[in-house]
This record gives sequence, C-alpha cells and structure tokens, in this order.
Amino acid sequence: MIDTLREFVDRDVLPNVAEFELVDAYPEAMVDQLRAFGLFGATIGEGHGGLGLDASTYARVIEELSRGWMSLAGVINSHLICAQLIERFGTDEQRAAWLPSMASGELRGCFSLSEPDSGSDAAALRCRAKKDGDELVINGTKMWVTNGERAGIVALLARTSDDAISCFLVDKQPGPEGDGGISISRHIDKLGYRGLETVEMSYADHRLSADSLLGGEEGLGQGFRWALSALELGRINVAARGVGVAQAAFDAAMAYAQERETFGRPIAQHQAIGFKLAEMATKLHAARLMVTDAARRVDAGERADVEAGMAKLFASETAAELALESMRIHGGNGFTTEYPVERLYRDAPLMIIGEGTSEIQKMVISRALLARAKE
Amino acid sequence: MKVVVCVKQIPDPADPGALDPETRTLKRDVKLILDESDSYGVEMGLQLVDNAGGGEVTLVSMAPNNEQSGLRTALAMGAASATLISDTELIGSDALTTAKVLAAAIKDQEPDLVIAGSESSDGYTGTVPEMIAAVLDLPSVTAAKSIEVGGDAIQVQRQTDAGYDVVDCPLPAVISVTAGVVEPRYPSFKGIMAAKSKPLDEKSSADLGFAADAVGWAGSGQEIVDVAEAPQREAGEVIEDDGEAHLKIVEFLENLKVI
Ligand SMILES: Cc1cc2nc3c(=O)[nH]c(=O)nc-3n(C[C@H](O)[C@H](O)[C@H](O)COP(=O)(O)OP(=O)(O)OC[C@H]3O[C@@H](n4cnc5c(N)ncnc54)[C@H](O)[C@@H]3O)c2cc1C
Ligand SMILES: Cc1cc2nc3c(=O)[nH]c(=O)nc-3n(C[C@H](O)[C@H](O)[C@H](O)COP(=O)(O)OP(=O)(O)OC[C@H]3O[C@@H](n4cnc5c(N)ncnc54)[C@H](O)[C@@H]3O)c2cc1C
Repeated sequence: MIDTLREFVDRDVLPNVAEFELVDAYPEAMVDQLRAFGLFGATIGEGHGGLGLDASTYARVIEELSRGWMSLAGVINSHLICAQLIERFGTDEQRAAWLPSMASGELRGCFSLSEPDSGSDAAALRCRAKKDGDELVINGTKMWVTNGERAGIVALLARTSDDAISCFLVDKQPGPEGDGGISISRHIDKLGYRGLETVEMSYADHRLSADSLLGGEEGLGQGFRWALSALELGRINVAARGVGVAQAAFDAAMAYAQERETFGRPIAQHQAIGFKLAEMATKLHAARLMVTDAARRVDAGERADVEAGMAKLFASETAAELALESMRIHGGNGFTTEYPVERLYRDAPLMIIGEGTSEIQKMVISRALLARAKE
Repeated sequence: MKVVVCVKQIPDPADPGALDPETRTLKRDVKLILDESDSYGVEMGLQLVDNAGGGEVTLVSMAPNNEQSGLRTALAMGAASATLISDTELIGSDALTTAKVLAAAIKDQEPDLVIAGSESSDGYTGTVPEMIAAVLDLPSVTAAKSIEVGGDAIQVQRQTDAGYDVVDCPLPAVISVTAGVVEPRYPSFKGIMAAKSKPLDEKSSADLGFAADAVGWAGSGQEIVDVAEAPQREAGEVIEDDGEAHLKIVEFLENLKVI
C-alpha cells in the first residue's frame, strides 16, 4: 500500500503540486485518485465499506501523502474526523445512513468546531441550536471549516443550552452556494495549505430535523467531549503530516547539498552544512519514532493522550524547523518558487496551529502528566 | 467476457542485476516485479471486461523461483485469478518454449481473448504473443492501441509508422498491446488487501504435459552464442549559435526527415 502511494506521490503529485498550489486551485485529479485508492474510507470500518486501517497504517499513509503535498492529507483529515464521530458515537441509523457513502468518497464530510472568537478555547463557542417543535434552528458563524464547501455533511458543534454543547450532522448540498440557511460566507486566503478550501460558514435560522443530533437523544450535551476524543485521530494525522513535510524538507536539503558547490566542493562537505543535515536527520528520525509509538499505543488500545500530544507537538515543530533549515541550505534558490522548499516553509506552520496549537499541546500534556502522577 | 492476460515478471529495471556469464542470460535470483509493458495489457483487459458488463480477467505467467509479486500487483489492479508456471525444468527456455508453455496454460481456460504486451522490457524479442497465437492456432493482431468488442469479433486499431490500421478480427484471438496506449490504474487499497487471498494456481511444466527434455535448455532450439555490450551512444552534434543556428537545426531535422 505504502509502495503504491509512494509511486503515486513521485509520479503524479510532486511534478504537479506547484501548478495547483501557487494559484490555490483544487487538485481534482489527485483527489479522484485518493478516492479510487479508497482513502476516504481509510479509518472507517470494513463493515461500512471502509478500509478499517489501524492508526499505524493510517499514520504512514498520511506521512507519505504529506511528503508529496500536505494539503492532500487535509482533504481526508476532517472528513475522517467526521466519519469517526458517526462511527463511534452515532446511532445505528446514522451509521447506516452516512458511513457507506463517506467511505466511498461519494459523500464528503467536514468538522466544524472553531469560531471567530473561539479556537483554543473551543468550549467558548457561541453557535446555537434551539428546539422548535420537532426541528432545530441553528444560528451562528463557524470559522476555519476545511473542506466546508465540498462537504455534503458537516459535524457541527453547537450550544444546546448555556452549559451544554452537542454535535449535529448537518446534511447540505455541496457547493459554493450553501444550502437553506447555510452560507459559505468567506473563502479564507491562506499562506500555505492551499489548493483545498478553508471557509467561514454562517448559519441563519437553518433548520435541522431532530434526528440530526449525533447519537440521538442520548447525544444531547455530549458533543464537546466526543469532539475532543475524535481529535485524537486528528492529532495523529497532524503529527504524521509533520513527519512527511519534514522528510520532504530533508530530502530536498540532502539532494541540494550534494549538488551545489561553493569554494570548490559540494556544500555538504562544509562542516556547517553537514552538521545541519545530521541534526535534521536526527530530529526527523525522532519525530517518526514518536508518531509510530503513539499510533501503536492507539492500536493496542492503550491510553495515548500524552504520547499523541507529544508526537503532534514534536513532529509539527520539527517540520517547521526543518523547512527553515532546508531553506537555508538552498540559499537564494530556497527563497524562490522554482524549488519546493518555499512551499514546505509556508505549509509547516499550520501544523503548529491546527488541532490545538503547540502551547495548547503543552497544556494538555502537562495536565495529563500531572493527572497520571496522582493516579 | 473472459480475457487472459500474459504477464511477465522481470527484475526491476531500476536495478536489473547482471548477466550470467556462463548461460549469457539475465540472472533472475532477485525479486521480480510486474513488467511495466504488461501493465497496459492488464489495464486494457480490465477495461474490456468493465465495458462488456461482465466476465473476468485472469493472468498467466511463467517465471523462476515461484515468483508471485508481479502477479499480486496485477491481481490488486483487479484481475480475478492467476496461473503461475514455475519449476526448475523450465530454466533455459527460449521464447518458443515460453510460448508453448504459456499456450498450454491458456488453452485450459478457454478465453474469448488473450492479451500480451508487444515486447517485454527485458527479453525484448517481441515474438512470444504471435508464437502463442500460432501454437493455439488463433488469429493474432500486433501493436494494438485500442480494442473494441462487437459480438464474436473485435475491431483493433493497430499502430503503424504512419498512423493506424483498423483491423477486424474474429474471437477468440491473441492481441499484443503497445506500451503507453492506456493509463494503467493504481491498485486500490481494497484491491491490494484482496489480492493476497485471490486464487493463484501454481503449475509445473509436467502438469501441463511437457516432458523434461521438451523445455528448458534441452528443449530450446535457440542458442545464445554471444553477448556484446551495446555500443556507446555517439556524442551529439553541437551547433554554436553564430546567428544562423536555427537554420542549421532546421536543415539537420530536414535531413532526418522528421520535419
Ligand atoms: C488552515 C486552517 C484550517 C483549519 N481547519 C479547521 C477545521 O477544519 N475545523 C475546525 O474546527 N477548526 C479548524 N481550524 C482552526 C484551528 O483549530 C484553530 O485555529 C486553532 O485551534 C487555534 O485557535 P485560534 O486560531 O482561535 O487561536 P487562539 O486560540 O486565539 O490562539 C492565539 C494564540 O494564543 C495561544 N493561547 C491561547 N490560549 C492559550 C492558553 N490558555 N495558554 C497559552 N497560550 C494560549 C495560542 O497557542 C496561540 O498562540 C483551522 C485553522 C487553520 C489555520
Ligand atoms: C537459449 C535461451 C535460454 C534462455 N533461458 C532463460 C532462462 O533461463 N530464464 C529466463 O527467464 N529467460 C531465458 N531466456 C529468455 C526467454 O526465453 C525470453 O525472455 C522469454 O521467452 C520471453 O521472451 P521476450 O522477453 O523476448 O518476450 P516478448 O516476446 O518480448 O514478450 C511479449 C509479451 O509476451 C508475454 N510474455 C513473454 N514472456 C512471458 C512469460 N514468461 N510469462 C508470461 N508472459 C510472457 C508478455 O505479455 C510480454 O509483454 C532464454 C532465451 C534463450 C534463447
């Protein structure tokens, strides 16, 4: 599987990324191939038509895609977070209704927690769902909805009372026009992570049927806890992306350092550059081992909150660091769009922000460590 | 529609290994992979079956050391099952023997259509498909760039230097497919998982009714008498631009009759 992906990345992704990325165009053909591979069902159970990959294999898939282009990993990430919420917490009817078409990639999903005024402090979200007879009425503005336009289902976190947040499965027409009371109110122009859409979505008296509540009646007020738990998959995804981007930065640096000559020899032969390569390779290796270990724990059913957080923290910081180091090694060429490093340099920072910033990661890790110490 | 695709498993061209100085044949003790030339035939077969709305693609391969990885790749692309002919008696078989063995394995399956590559990437004789056709006494069309099925016959676009011929051919038939005419699909991940458990029938030359002296070194009518290095490509002609270079380039190309 990974060999096949490697071939795809080398043959179809790497030679074509720049063409889409610089103009922020959606890579339709690449996404079609992800669908043909079956990757929209990567972590969805085989019983629902997915591949049922374990976290370890999933991490390797994401790493390999990100070595080519991080945005491709983003195309499936929030889709699979949405699918995981349904698979783990949905009713049987909800699983049967959504998962098979999500697994085939015919139906695309997204995950909508963040708002303009609530990111790290996600529990401060203000979007509301009010009961009106048999229906629910949604009002609010959601920010940073990756895949929001092309999605036909949104896992939406909204307040059902002052002290309760619930998750809703919002069925909508894919496309830029929105649907009912939903509008795609803004396309966010991004530094990196380009090609796929990240949008602002507004809900104005949008009506949902009662069965949209994830998990049925019992799901009332559970949404926040469930969302945080599904983000664990997201954390492995982002950590694995970090490894993939760091690998790409390192590969580019290695190749360039052996090719480029100054003062009569390849720059790799200057100790300052050779040491950089050594440090880069060491950090890359450590990041990969951390992701592998966190994924293995998840697969073994062990507690992995600390390890997944650490892997996410270290791998994302490593990616950002290696992208910059690789750019230094490329000299002036690294600063141009002729070489892929500048893209890696623009893509890497997302990983230190998305799915919980590095600061928040440290909060989560330290809290969990202290809690473990008390046990 | 039942299509048999011949697939050769060869050493990875990126790391082809060496010639055996004694036998003057390619050493095949490394892992063998699906010959890229045959991925087009597999794709063509799968498309024909898809378009026909039913049937299946099965594979045949003759290879040393019970090699299966190339077959698994083609199974992952969507072929239903495979027959592998492999045994030590077969070592030293020339192209005609290869064709006879493949033909015997194909015959059992009673296919509507047999597809092979126009030429393999390693042996490169480009003779096996027609020899299979001759052994099976079936019509054969070479260098196909497209195949269209209509009832008991096919219409083949056959590549030529000038363009293509349109050839009508009754079924069953043996068609060789030119590399690059279709885009071989990547196997899906489900396909890769399923390929591990798809039927792969292993046969020996004896199972197919060949006596030991009819195959291998003993059965080969051909003998490899010498192997020579391919001549180094000669250095190209460098044209310095003194303002007239474009004219010289045009003249050069005209002499080659490419423009
Ligand atoms: C390209 C992109 C795609 C995204 N996709 C999605 C998506 O699909 N779905 C979704 O729901 N969200 C998505 N997000 C949102 C993302 O999860 C948030 O941006 C992230 O959680 C940070 O929230 P914020 O932007 O509000 O920053 P803030 O929370 O305002 O943080 C600002 C700074 O303050 C720091 N900080 C905040 N609180 C503390 C604290 N208590 N202690 C120390 N430091 C603190 C942060 O670390 C950060 O440095 C996406 C974001 C981006 C950029
Ligand atoms: C005396 C002699 C000894 C030889 N000994 C050996 C040996 O020990 N081991 C060895 O590997 N080769 C050996 N060879 C080479 C071998 O005979 C040819 O490589 C083989 O017959 C196929 O020829 P080709 O590659 O030129 O096929 P081509 O005619 O160029 O191939 C065209 C198409 O035919 C089909 N095809 C060809 N071969 C096979 C196959 N094996 N299985 C399935 N489909 C196939 C494929 O679809 C292929 O694309 C020997 C050759 C000679 C002359």
